[in-house]
Parts: sequence; C-alpha cells; structure tokens
Amino acid sequence: MAVEFEVNEREVWDGNYAASQALRQADVDVVVAYPITPSTPIVENYGSYVGNGYIDGEFIMVESEHAAMSGCIGASAAGGRVSTATSSQGFALMVEVLYQASGMRLPIVLNVVNRALAAPLNVRGDHADMYLGRDSGWLQASAFNAQEAYDLALCAFRIAENHSVRLPMMVHQDGFITSHTAQNVYPLSNEAAKKFVGVIDPVDDMLDFSRPVTYGAQTEEDWHFEHKAKQHKAIMDSVGVIEDVFAEFKELTGREYKRIETYDMEDADVCVIGLGSTVESARVAAKEMRKEGVKAGVVAIRVFRPFPYEEVREALKGCKSIAVTDRSSPGGAMGAFYNEVAAAMMTSKSRPLVTNYIYGLGGRDLSIENIKTIFKEQQANADAGYITTDIQQFTNLRGPKLGFFKTERN
Amino acid sequence: MAITSIKNLKEFSTNNDRFEGAHTLCPGCAHSMIVRELMNCTDDNLVISANTGCLEVSTAVYPFTSWDTSWIHIGFENAATSVTAAEVMHKVRKKKGTLKDGDAPVKFVAFGGDGSTFDIGFQWLSGAMERGHDFTYICLDNENYANTGGQRSSATPIGATTSTSVAGTHSYGKKEKKKDIVSIMAAHGSPYVAQLAPNKWKMMAKGFQKALETEGPCFINTVSPCCTEWKFDPKDTINITDLAVDSLMFPMYEIIDGHELNILYRPKNILKVEDYLGAQGRYKHLFKPEYKHIIEKIQSDIDEDWARLQRREEARV
Repeated sequence: MAVEFEVNEREVWDGNYAASQALRQADVDVVVAYPITPSTPIVENYGSYVGNGYIDGEFIMVESEHAAMSGCIGASAAGGRVSTATSSQGFALMVEVLYQASGMRLPIVLNVVNRALAAPLNVRGDHADMYLGRDSGWLQASAFNAQEAYDLALCAFRIAENHSVRLPMMVHQDGFITSHTAQNVYPLSNEAAKKFVGVIDPVDDMLDFSRPVTYGAQTEEDWHFEHKAKQHKAIMDSVGVIEDVFAEFKELTGREYKRIETYDMEDADVCVIGLGSTVESARVAAKEMRKEGVKAGVVAIRVFRPFPYEEVREALKGCKSIAVTDRSSPGGAMGAFYNEVAAAMMTSKSRPLVTNYIYGLGGRDLSIENIKTIFKEQQANADAGYITTDIQQFTNLRGPKLGFFKTERN
Repeated sequence: MAITSIKNLKEFSTNNDRFEGAHTLCPGCAHSMIVRELMNCTDDNLVISANTGCLEVSTAVYPFTSWDTSWIHIGFENAATSVTAAEVMHKVRKKKGTLKDGDAPVKFVAFGGDGSTFDIGFQWLSGAMERGHDFTYICLDNENYANTGGQRSSATPIGATTSTSVAGTHSYGKKEKKKDIVSIMAAHGSPYVAQLAPNKWKMMAKGFQKALETEGPCFINTVSPCCTEWKFDPKDTINITDLAVDSLMFPMYEIIDGHELNILYRPKNILKVEDYLGAQGRYKHLFKPEYKHIIEKIQSDIDEDWARLQRREEARV
C-alpha cells in the first residue's frame, strides 16, 4: 500500500506539479516517459512518488518519446491506467504513435506542455505541438492555469476510460507561463480524487487470457474507412460524457468547465477567441476595453477536440468582428484555428467579419496592450462593416508590419 | 513453466496450437515454423508483440487473426517497447491484485524481422534490453526487407543482390558485411542470447525454452530462409537451412551473461560456402569469373568467424 501523501486545502503549485499530483491521485499504474523541457517535472515528480512509495505504480524511463508513447500503448493494452507527458520535439517524435494509440482506442492521458517546434530551436511556449496533433484522433482539452491543468487531468481519466468513449486524451498547458508559474491551487483530498476518478475497467485486456485479443490488425480499402469513420464518430459522440464529467466535477468542487468558456459575450460587438493562457490576458484587456466604451468579449476553447462548432457559432453569432488568435506558425495558410472558427461562422446567419492574428511564437509575449490593439481593430472593422486590415496579421513582431490576404467584403 | 514434450516432432507440432495455420505467409516461408516452435515450447500464457513485417501483415488482417493469444502490433520499430511496457503493467497489476488470474505464469515475447531488428527498431530494442525487462526478443532473420519487395537491410550479407543493392555489370550486389547483431545484444549484458535455425528444431525449442526461463532480456536471432527473395524453390526451405548451418554461414551458438559462449552445433562435414550460395538465385551472379573473389571473401570471413567463435568458447570471455 502506498504511503499517504498529504495535501492541503490550498497549495502553491505550478502547472507541472499540479499535473503530476493529478497523476498521483489518479493512481496511475504505469507512466512511460522521456523527459523534455518544459514538461520534464511532471514525469520527474511521478518518478519521485514511485521512489518514495507514494504510489504503487511504475515509472519506465525509456530512450525516446516515440518509445514513451509506444510503451504507453503496450501498457494500456495490458489493461491498466496509463499516462505520460511531453512537449514540442518530443511530441513531434511521438506523432506516429499518437495515431496508433487513438486507432487502437486506448484511454491514455497525455499532458502536453506546449512549446514551439524547431528550427530555430526554442524552448518557450507556443501551440505548434498542439496543432501538430490536431488530427491525431485524440480528445484534447486546454488548461489556462495550474488549477485547470490539475482539474482537467483528473477529468481526462474519467472521460478517456469511459466505455462509450475509449479514446486517448490530451490536456494542454502553456510552457513556462502555466507549467512553471506557481499559483494557488485547490486540490481535492486524496480520497475525493480517488473516488472521482474511480478504478479503470479495461475493455480488451491483453492480460485476460480467457479472451485473447489482437491489437493493431491491418485493414486495407475494405475496412480501413469504416474503422476511421467509427473513430471519428466516437470523438464526436464523446461530447455527452465530457459534459457529464464536467458537471460531476462542478458538483464536487464548485469549479465549472464548459467546452467553450465565454466572457462578457452577451452583448459583445467585438471578440477575441483563443486558447491557453492568453485567454486570461484577453479577459483583462476586454474589461479595460469595456471601460473605454467598446463592447468587447472573449471566447476560449476549452475542448479543442471534438471541436465545439455549434457552441462557437452560438457564442459568436451576435458579434460584428472577431479576432481569431493562432499561436502557431501558419506555414503558408491561415492559422488552423482561424480556419475552424471561420468555417463555423460561414454557416451562421449573421456571417460576422473574421480576422486572424498570429502571435506569441516561441514564447513572445502578448501584452494587454497588444490585445487592446486587436480589439480596437475589430471595432474599426465593425464600424466600417468590412475588414480594414489584412485578414491575417502578425502581432508584436519586430520590424515592419506583416500581414496577408485581403478582404473582398468592402 | 510447464514444458511440452519436444521428443516427438508430430506431437510437438500439434500440441498447444495457439498459432493458426490459416495465414498468408508465402508457401515455404520459415517464419511460421519458428513462431510455432516458440508457441509450442511453453504452456504458459503468452503476450506477443510484432514489429511491422512479413509476420505481422500475414497473420492479423482484419477481420481475421492467426493468434490465439494476446498479440499486439504498433509500428515497424517498437515491438520491444510495447511488450516490455505490458510486462511492467503485469507486475503492477499483479501487485495491486487487479489481474483476472494473478497466479497464471505469463511470458512476454517480441518478434521482429531483420529490418526492424537490425535497422529501424534497433534503438527500441537496445532500450528495452538495457532496461532489463523480463522478455524474449526473437529476430526472424531473412536478411532483407522481404515484406516490401526485398530491399537490403544491414542483415543482408555481402554479395547478395537485392532490390536496392542490385548486382549488375558494375556491382556484385551488397558491398557491406552483415551486422553482428548477436554480439551487440550480448554486449548489452543480456543473460541469454543465441543464434538458432529451424532445421535443428529440437535445439531451437530448447533455446527458446532457455530464453523464456531466463529472467531478464533475452535475444535470439533465427535464420529464416526466404524463398521469395533468396530465390529458391519453396519445398527447399529446410534444405537451404541445412546448407546455411553446415557451411557455417549461420553458426548456431549461445552466449550466457555476455561471456560464456557455447557452440550448439558442429557440422560433421563443414560444407564449402559455394554449396550454400549456389542453391540461391540471389548469389547467382557471384559465380561469374569477375566476382570469384567475393565468394573467396565470404569463405574467408566464415572461416575467421568460426575460429573466433571457437576461441571465445574456449576463453570464456
């Protein structure tokens, strides 16, 4: 039996520590990991819980992130609770196996501490790694602070392991800004967390020899399409379970999570929509804009996959001009998140103006002032009735202004 | 471990049949013989993993499976990792009491072809060996990427023509010597490594049993003649294997704890390597006068390797 690790009602934890405490309280059986900045402390901490007897699970430190996710798949198919963490290049190395994990419907929980992708080499936060995995068939949630990194990791086990879901899930948090900033965190008691997460009930258990299972079969044109369609349907159908788990979590803690989080959107004319820690800055900026007479609001995506199209459309339908913020190099196109929001709004009756702001690559700050400028440009668009700037702009970039794509709606 | 009788081939080959005959491996492929030997040499439960390759694509095509035991395939490179993480999960669940039958003995085995073992999965194999998991890795060594049309791997011997080391007017085929995977695995500190061949089926079964019984990471390289890419008649698989071991192209030996080398088979009459090479289409071009020196080189390499093995056996270092 594991030694009791005492937690206080209020702790001062950074995002990494918060996530590792969630793994401890969830009584994860096996963590297979390879360390990478800035996610390293999550697995280091789990290793120290094992080393000090605070958990009965095992920590396997392998020789690469590809092996880490490969091991997670083997361990998960062997019927226990499995989790790991990674960032950036490590995430990129895992990608091949991320698709295998979701295709095999294994409920692995991956804590992603978002970081830029090289080159140039950069250890700071942006969402390039998150975007790289966006089609990988994983459920994905975004935490904006340490408390949420903890809460969502606990919820992720419940969602992923639910028998009607059976899909792996990522919980994203911003590198350094969230992962290394100590904040007040209100953890559940060990007992309450254990009760909330519950015990895993494996579906196709490789260690149940009374019912042999084959994992990782081959399908060609005769069956592959059906498998992938079923997987997509499972992702889409996970909404109900996600909402149920969030509701149960609210009942337990008072902390409410929704698939999208709206701030001052009831009467908003202009809006910033974003992901990650930027959302909190955007809320401060919106509050200040309100004082200046601009009806500003913020929409945050909490659950990135399945993407909440209807909710986004509903939340933004009264807006006149929307700024979609992408924290990843778009590589010759609109930002990926812009495309999703724009697609949602294309099917709305109101058809608001939708603009794209590329920001924060490689950990570049996005200040309150930067966001206020974005709001002001949206207000100018709203007043003019068309997009007055380039549709895509780079924000807080050194050197001359950089923008692309012109509107036809003027 | 309960051990099945291996005295009688008929009894042995039909006992405990957890690998179905219905698969799509080529007629004459040695892979199924080797796999069946492994699965029939123990009564323990088995968790088996496979790298992508001939074995994998021929035995688990949805909605069918040839495996009447737990089986997992992820990618080309990671069978050693998936099965060893399952092994760790087994330990944890045994400790926590969450297994359906916690007392039943279980063995963890990974299969890979030479491409996935010597080349693309080398890092994953090395990592799993270094971590010391209790598992056995079996390489089905047919000396090329047979599943994808016979490209050269680092297990392909010098002089063989393959689809990416093509013999022609300006080339005698592959230029490089075969990688010595058995020594590399022994150097990992593995408690048991061996090189075995399916024609000596009792020896192979005993080697498999030894690996399964030995705690820790064990490695076995098995020669698996490939009629399709080596270019011989499918009925001759075992005859070719006889030539391989009797010419000492594939010496059979084991290394215990990295130093105690035992030669498992000493041919009464050591054959010239021409006999082995001449029986396969992939070496046909070597019999042209201009490539005679390559055959001589192969023979001298074999002679040197055999002398080295005997010295190591004697020296125990």
